[in-house]
Amino acid sequence: MEVPMAFLVAIFFAVSIYLFLSRHIIRILLGAAILSNAVNLLIFTSGRLTREIPPILPAGGATEGIVTANPLPQALILTAIVIAFSFFAFLLVLSYRAYQELGTDDTNEMRFAEPEEQKLPPLGY
Amino acid sequence: MRTLIFRTVAPYLSSLMVLFSVFVLLRGHNEPGGGFIGGLIAASAFAIYGIACGVSPVRRAMYFHPMALSAAGLLMGSVAGLLSIFAGVPFMTGLWVTVPFFTEELKLSTVLLFDIGVYFVVVGAISSIALALEEREVE
Amino acid sequence: MASSAKEPVDISVAMVTDPVPLADWLIIAPLILCTIFGAVLLMVRKDTRLQPIIALPGLVALVVIAAALLAHVVSSGPVTMTMGRWLPPFGISFTVDILGALLTLTGAIAALAGGIYGAGDVNNSGRRYGFYPFLFLMMAGVSGAFLTGDIFNLYVWFEVLLIASFGLLILGSERGQIDGATKYAFLNLVATTFFLIATGYLYGIFGTLNMADIALKAQAMEEKAPLVTLLSLYFLAFGMKAAAFPVNFWLPASYHTPRVVVSALFAGLLTKVGVYAFMRVALVLFPAERDMLGWVIAVIAALTMILGAMGALAQTDFRRLLGYLVISGIGIMFAGIALASPGGISAAIFYALHSMIVMTALYLASGLAARASGGFSIAGSGGIYTTHPFLAAVTLILFFAVSGLPPFSGLWPKVILVKASLDVGAWWLAGAVLLSGFLTTIAVGRVWVLSYWRPAPEAAAAGEEANLNPVIDYAPLVMLTAIVVVLGMFPQQILELSQVGTEQLLNPIEYIRSVFPAGGAQ
Repeated sequence: MEVPMAFLVAIFFAVSIYLFLSRHIIRILLGAAILSNAVNLLIFTSGRLTREIPPILPAGGATEGIVTANPLPQALILTAIVIAFSFFAFLLVLSYRAYQELGTDDTNEMRFAEPEEQKLPPLGY
Repeated sequence: MRTLIFRTVAPYLSSLMVLFSVFVLLRGHNEPGGGFIGGLIAASAFAIYGIACGVSPVRRAMYFHPMALSAAGLLMGSVAGLLSIFAGVPFMTGLWVTVPFFTEELKLSTVLLFDIGVYFVVVGAISSIALALEEREVE
Repeated sequence: MASSAKEPVDISVAMVTDPVPLADWLIIAPLILCTIFGAVLLMVRKDTRLQPIIALPGLVALVVIAAALLAHVVSSGPVTMTMGRWLPPFGISFTVDILGALLTLTGAIAALAGGIYGAGDVNNSGRRYGFYPFLFLMMAGVSGAFLTGDIFNLYVWFEVLLIASFGLLILGSERGQIDGATKYAFLNLVATTFFLIATGYLYGIFGTLNMADIALKAQAMEEKAPLVTLLSLYFLAFGMKAAAFPVNFWLPASYHTPRVVVSALFAGLLTKVGVYAFMRVALVLFPAERDMLGWVIAVIAALTMILGAMGALAQTDFRRLLGYLVISGIGIMFAGIALASPGGISAAIFYALHSMIVMTALYLASGLAARASGGFSIAGSGGIYTTHPFLAAVTLILFFAVSGLPPFSGLWPKVILVKASLDVGAWWLAGAVLLSGFLTTIAVGRVWVLSYWRPAPEAAAAGEEANLNPVIDYAPLVMLTAIVVVLGMFPQQILELSQVGTEQLLNPIEYIRSVFPAGGAQ
């Protein structure tokens, strides 16, 4: 099961990198959303995919010999999802503000922080 | 989105969702649920109310600024972790007390306090972002 | 809980049973302090007068706690505290050695300087937007990254400091700031995603995230190829965070846009977190693989320091020039990691401390200079030497220090580094260190000649006479400069500390033993 998942992760990465290469912020945003999902799937797959019972102890207490699913990757993914979600929300607001303030979503035209022409200092003292 | 039906239903819907979010938060004590998902439900309730009736009624209804709610949650979470200093156990250790509550016994814990903190952090952060986005849409 | 009566479960297999001594709470005290102060300040965000009154004692307390932590670690070796009583590697461990404690202390000092300067420089709207709360949350992220002993937790602290830094970056919501913040945000998102990818693979290989546990398992592992891949991914991720050469472009695009005090804090703290994380991963977790990648790191380091200095040479804006100097300094730290000899690493640690202090101070000085002469442009300003001689003298000291000229703190790490690279025959690396120092001298010399020494141009002289407050404006600058001078004159103490820290990094047996007292979980 890990091999098809690996290909799926590869497709996710390819899509997100393609979107990241765009000049338009909105596409980069979509790329960022897909990128975080790709990473989550990757972590999920590296925890090994098994069809086991949930790792919750039965009412009788700890019992030897029960094989359970690995809960740690899911905890990691949950953390990563929360972080990626808040990141995405922030980036969404930031991009919207950038579009309003700068009047463009083309990164080539966003040159307010680094103007193309700068006054040269005096060459002699 | 100022249709009559939506505007009439939205306050009831939102209050039901907030109630449900508290239920999910407390259910997370022993079963699936918890502060994060409860906070998301409450934040979407505020978002719906904002879409239907505008942002300023939501801000009035929340009374505190969303970021202040968030900060209160953060404070609650850190204090919940800090309480274990008095028990001589490491940071963030779950501590439980049993309180008699009428005929039942109520189990309170620092874990619950932490979860309520998470709830407020999520409500505050997400609804402040949602309200910021909705506010600009109106302009 | 019926079964516990039937057969008693031995809790000590999975949980910490010894009571935790109060001194161990020092490990996480910086975090608790920062989150609590951040939360309280966020709640009283609207009361702009109250903000510095609450924040400054908090920052002083942070410095005191960090100093106490350093003293504790120096006297009793690396200390560990594992969250929630779960025994490592199941619980999240916080493990502090001398490197982590030193950087936490230096970071706290830089934050204190920024906090004092911010009391005068950040206006009411900036305070209402949350300058101090974000400062504390960023410090929580920075100290968390320095103190944690769990690699996924390190990722979480990276994100905490990143999100807080976004808040600081767009404090004024000006056009340039939004532009810079967009580039900063997206490129840093990519960097932390690389970090997360590497951590996912690492978990797939080892099945553990505790750094001491990984170090043990990586030693025992026969096959090196996956680990080299992992280390390369980490190098890319942390290199991007630290702004090492081919992935440094987000730094000059954004560091000159926010308020000066925010730039100062970023320059002092953020890139060094990336360097620290790479030190930890490369030297403690994968030392054998680092030896294979040593030449790659060395080439990147040499390119970073020279191209950073050349970038500085080409700038006409004081703050953008400083951004390139930050990059150049990163190259010198990476050069120390590339050598991985005791001399090289202790030079890298020393230089990291020096760079945190001196870059924060230089940005603060640039802010004062801009207020004194009416702008950051080197072309348009001048005559600071005649109007503000004290500021000019302090800045001159910092210029000497950043170029590595005696007798200030930049000299010693560079001397040790040059000697360490000549010892292993890497003459070109030694040459790169000296060349970058030379180029830096020219770059800051130009600033000195044009904006300090040159008579003020007509346009600038007509501007208003700036009043600089002797306490709030000068105190942080003088404090940091005093540290630079003292470190330069009496480097013995810090040098010994960084040598002991190097010892702990190269031979992490004490680090591992503090996490696993019984000698490992195998």
